[in-house]
Amino acid sequence: MRVTVRLFARLRDLAGTGELTREVPDSATVHTLWRSLTAEMPSLAQYEGTMSVAVNAEYARMTAVVHDGDEVAFMPPVSGG
Amino acid sequence: MAQVAVTSEPLDVHALTREVLRLKPDTTYGGADGAIATFTGLVRDHNQGRRVRFLEYEAYVPLAVRALSLIVDEAQTAWPTVRLGIHHRIGRLDIGEASVIIAATSPHRGDAFAACRYAIERVKQIVPIWKREHFEGGEVWLEGATADPEDEAAKQVAHRIACA
Repeated sequence: MRVTVRLFARLRDLAGTGELTREVPDSATVHTLWRSLTAEMPSLAQYEGTMSVAVNAEYARMTAVVHDGDEVAFMPPVSGG
Repeated sequence: MAQVAVTSEPLDVHALTREVLRLKPDTTYGGADGAIATFTGLVRDHNQGRRVRFLEYEAYVPLAVRALSLIVDEAQTAWPTVRLGIHHRIGRLDIGEASVIIAATSPHRGDAFAACRYAIERVKQIVPIWKREHFEGGEVWLEGATADPEDEAAKQVAHRIACA
């Protein structure tokens, strides 16, 4: 199945794009997707301990199961205000 | 105008205040507002020893709007007489421009001040917005808190600061 990946701020810079699509196996989790992204782009891995994730614009955990057509976001620590 | 917003347009604290005053008060508390507290965050010309030229704000807009609504709900739960609104700007902001505005109304000043302070602390903790600082000699993404709305310890910190 196919999911959309959104990357923000420095994660977007490191990946060179803010949006991409990836094939993931059925019953994949956010973590499965992250593992495949960091295999492809190792520089992203530095954010593993500090980033937040969202599925379909709702905060989620790495253990969340993703579904076909989902939008999964990876976000560095925030700095609004 | 919405109670919460993420916008590339300049912010207007007076318009937000008027909007918050128009929100229907909870009739349990009945009384008219006795206080409005507002907060305006500005782009500063220096940061960590660097001379800042301008900032660029980026957001995950739909989640940022949800996070702002969550903060409004949290504040109105903690201070039930308070109504508040929060607007955050994105895009390029020059020195002195407003990046965030908050207006809180309440029958009493204490609750209005506390809710306003709580809201800005929570904005910095859980709203998916990032600033890229363009300074003399370079540029850098600023990174603060790992956003987790369910982190009770962070919520307690914001509450303690609000009530200090």
